[in-house]
Amino acid sequence: MPPIEHTHPVPALAGLLLTITLGLAGPAAADDDGRSMPRQVPKAYTSECGSCHLAFPPGALPAASWKHIMAGLDKHYGSNASLDDATTRQLDSWLQAHAGTWKRVGETPAQDRITRSAWFQRKHRQVRDAVWAHNSVKSPANCGACHPGAERGDFDDDHLKIPPGLPLHLRWAWFD
Amino acid sequence: MQLRSRLLKPAAALLLAAVTNAAAAAETTAAAQLEYWSAQAGTPGQAARGQAFFASKHGGEWSCASCHGTPPAREGRHATTGKSISPLAPAFNPRGFSDSARSDKWFRRNCKDVLNRECSAGEKADVLAYLLQLKP
Repeated sequence: MPPIEHTHPVPALAGLLLTITLGLAGPAAADDDGRSMPRQVPKAYTSECGSCHLAFPPGALPAASWKHIMAGLDKHYGSNASLDDATTRQLDSWLQAHAGTWKRVGETPAQDRITRSAWFQRKHRQVRDAVWAHNSVKSPANCGACHPGAERGDFDDDHLKIPPGLPLHLRWAWFD
Repeated sequence: MQLRSRLLKPAAALLLAAVTNAAAAAETTAAAQLEYWSAQAGTPGQAARGQAFFASKHGGEWSCASCHGTPPAREGRHATTGKSISPLAPAFNPRGFSDSARSDKWFRRNCKDVLNRECSAGEKADVLAYLLQLKP
């Protein structure tokens, strides 16, 4: 009986596996998902925009929203978040380059708030108001309260945590 | 603003760098900044006045303590976003007030949030005197 011919299928399979592995694990996937962080994040973005709130993934808002936000940093949702001109310009162009272009981020949400986007509200439709108001959450902008990987742009449903002290009757959204 | 007493003397900076291995982070200290703002104000910062200033509202919705806590010796929490803030008092946070550009930036932003204007040199000196008094 002749030996089974392996030469062709094996490299092809290896190639396929390699492609899948790179596609899933590598940062190449980042650009396909507006919630992930781009490969290159300016230091100033993390230090300036990540002090008072999570350094949100730029893909979470459309370019027009980032434009408004960067033009009004002196009145930034009730806080003065002004930057020097050079940093403002640097972050503005980075945000424009990485803003959300995918279909569901196409519309500018009310007040340019990520939390007012249709996709955000749909994703969180099971989360009761009492959860947002809970002391260990405080605000829907506090992504890390439930998404421990938020700083890395990991918002996977399978990686959720329950905010400490959240009463049992409010936890069912986590298991849905 | 001219560079002066807020900067560590080079020898002291080298020594500090050798000891803490944090040359890049330690460009100044809270004590040096207290000295600087006191000189600018023409009067030494007063801890008791700083404490009252820190805990009071000044026409706005927030006081300094709204986010930094009272006393600011533990982690604070941003009043709207809930994000944690490193302890403000330098004895509880080695990075605190070690970079004058960073301190200036946060004084500028946060004073505008709390007072709707920038803080005076005297107010900054008072707050620094208060913060330096907080010890473990």
